[in-house]
Amino acid sequence: MRTTLLTWSLLLSVAVMLALPSISRAQLTTEDIASRDNMESHVAGYTGHVHDAAYDYRRYCVGCHGEMGDGNGEVAQWLEPPMWPKPRDFQLGIFKCRSTPTGTLPTDDDLFDTIARGLDRSAMPIWNQFTKYQRANLVAYVKHFSPRFVSEKPGTPIVIPPEPEVTPERIKNGREVFARVQCWKCHGVQGMANGPSASTLTDDLGYKIVPFNFTDGTRPKCGDTDRDIYRIFMTGLDGTPMPSFADNIKPDEAWDLVFYLRTFMQQKSKAKEVAKTLSLKPVSANP
Amino acid sequence: MKNRINVGAVVSALVLVCCGALLLSQKVNAAGEGKITGTVKFEGTPPHMRGIDMSKDPWCVKANANTPQHLQTTEVGAGGGLEYVAVYIDGWSGPANVETSTPVFDQKNCMYVPHVMAVDPGQTFKVMTSDQTAHNIHPEPNPMVNIPWNQSQPPGAPPIEKSWKNPEMIPVQCNIHPWMHGWHVVVKGPVAVTDENGKYTIENVPPGSYTVKAWHEPDTTETTKVTVAAGQAATADFSFKK
Ligand code: HEC
Ligand code: HEC
Repeated sequence: MRTTLLTWSLLLSVAVMLALPSISRAQLTTEDIASRDNMESHVAGYTGHVHDAAYDYRRYCVGCHGEMGDGNGEVAQWLEPPMWPKPRDFQLGIFKCRSTPTGTLPTDDDLFDTIARGLDRSAMPIWNQFTKYQRANLVAYVKHFSPRFVSEKPGTPIVIPPEPEVTPERIKNGREVFARVQCWKCHGVQGMANGPSASTLTDDLGYKIVPFNFTDGTRPKCGDTDRDIYRIFMTGLDGTPMPSFADNIKPDEAWDLVFYLRTFMQQKSKAKEVAKTLSLKPVSANP
Repeated sequence: MKNRINVGAVVSALVLVCCGALLLSQKVNAAGEGKITGTVKFEGTPPHMRGIDMSKDPWCVKANANTPQHLQTTEVGAGGGLEYVAVYIDGWSGPANVETSTPVFDQKNCMYVPHVMAVDPGQTFKVMTSDQTAHNIHPEPNPMVNIPWNQSQPPGAPPIEKSWKNPEMIPVQCNIHPWMHGWHVVVKGPVAVTDENGKYTIENVPPGSYTVKAWHEPDTTETTKVTVAAGQAATADFSFKK
C-alpha cells in the first residue's frame, strides 16, 4: 500500500514536471549581467547605482531571487504555487505591478513602490526598513539583470483621471461593466475567485495560479488604494492570465468598476456604505 | 544647326530606350519569380484528435452545437496530408514579404482562425473577435526573443493591431478558454501554411537555390533543398511522423 502510494506520487510528480515549464528560463551568463553594471535608476530624487545595492541584494534578496536574479535562490524550491508563487526571474524583465501598458517595462517608480510594498499572498516581504536611497539602488540592481532595460524604454504610464464621488448610479454602472467585460469568468460573479475558468489558470512559466479573491480580506499585490485597483485592471499583471482591459473600459467607467469591486471587499469603504442601500444582485453568468 | 537637332533626337531616343529597357527588365524580373509548392504528409497512424469539452462556457457550446470542435495539433486529411504546417525559406535575405493585406487572427466560435498565422517580423497583423463571449489573447513568446502581452477582448471589442519584432514560433492562448491554442509563426520572407490536404504554395520566390523548412507544432522541423528556375514551380514535399 505504502509503496504503491509512493510510486504513484513519484509518477505523478514526474508527469507534472514534464507538463510544466512552457517557456525556457533565461540563462544569462555572469559576464552578460556584469556588462550592465552601470545601470541607473532615477526615482524619488535619487540616482540609484548597481554597486551600491550589491550588499543589500546579497543580504536580503539573494535567498529567493538568486545570485543571477533568475528566481532560483535557495528558498525557491520550497515555494509551491499557487499558494506560494515562485520568486520573480528578473532576467526576463516581466513584472506584474506596472503603471505601464501590458507588454512594456515598468517605470523605476513602479519597482520602487513594489519593493516597499512587498507582494501580498507571496513570500515577497514588505521592505519598509530600507531608506529611499537603498531602495533606489535596489531598483537599479533589479533592472541590471535584464537586457530589456538597455534595449527598451519603460512604457508610458496610463493616465488615471481624478477619482469621482461615489454614487449609487456609479456602483450600478460598475456592476454593468463587470458583467459586460466578464471579469467573472475568472473572478466569479461574487468576486470569490471561483469563476468557470478559475480552476485551469496557469502563469507564463506553466505554474498553477488562482485569481484574486476579493472577499477573503487579503489585499491586491500591486496596492490596495482605489488608484491601485484602477491601474491593476487597466494594465494587467504581465506573466499571468490577468489581462489588460485598457482598450475595453473607458476611464470614467473604470472608476465605476473600482467602486463596484469595493462592494465585494471586506475593507471599509464609501462604496460599501453606499451599496448597502442598493441590494445589488450578483451579475448573471449566462448573459 | 542640323547637327544640334540630331543630338537632341539621339538623346531623347536614348532616354526612351533606356526607360523602356528598365521597365521591361522589371517586368521580366517579376515574371521570372517562381514558386515552391508541395505536399506535407503525416506518416503512420495519426493520433486521435479528441473532441473539445467547452462546457465551461455555454456560449461556446451553443456556437458549436452543429459541428463540435476537436484539437488541431495534428490535423491529418483524408489522403494523409498534414494541415497547419508552416513552410518557409531558411536564411531569407531578400526584402520582407510584401503583403497587400493585413493578416487577421480571429477568435471565432471559441477557436482561433486561423490556427496558425504566418507573419514577417515587423509586419502588422490584427487580432479580432467574432464572438459574443469574452476572450483574453495571451501570446507567450520566449521573453528573451519577443515581448509577451495579455489583453482582454470582450464581445464587441475593437480589433487590436500588433507586430512581432523577431523570428519565433509563438504559442498563443486564451486563459478563459484553456482549449484555445494557436500559433504566430514569425519568419522572414515568403511563407505558406498547408491546407486541409497538406498542400502549400509559396509564391514570389526569385530564381535560386534554397533551404526550405517545414515547421509543425510544437517544435518539429523538417528541412530540404530546392532550386527554383525563373517562372517555374519547384516541388518540395515533406513528411512528418510523431
Ligand atoms: C522570501 C523570498 C523573497 C525575498 C527574500 C525577496 N523576494 Fe522579491 N519576490 C518574491 C516572490 C515569491 C515574488 C513573486 C511574487 C508573485 O509573483 O506574486 C517576488 C517578486 C519580486 C519583484 C517583482 C514584482 C513584480 O511586479 O512582478 C521584485 C521587483 C522583487 N521581488 C524585488 C525584491 C527585492 C529587491 C528583494 C530584496 C530586498 C526581494 N525581492 C526579496 C520573493 C522574495
Ligand atoms: C483570464 C482570467 C481573468 C480575468 C478575465 C480577469 N482576471 Fe483579474 N486576475 C486573474 C488572476 C489569475 C489574478 C491573480 C494574479 C496574481 O496573483 O499574480 C488576478 C488578479 C486580479 C486583481 C488583484 C491583482 C493584485 O495586485 O493582486 C484584481 C484587482 C483583478 N484581478 C481585477 C480584475 C477585474 C476588475 C477584471 C475584469 C475587468 C479581471 N480581473 C479579469 C485572472 C483574471
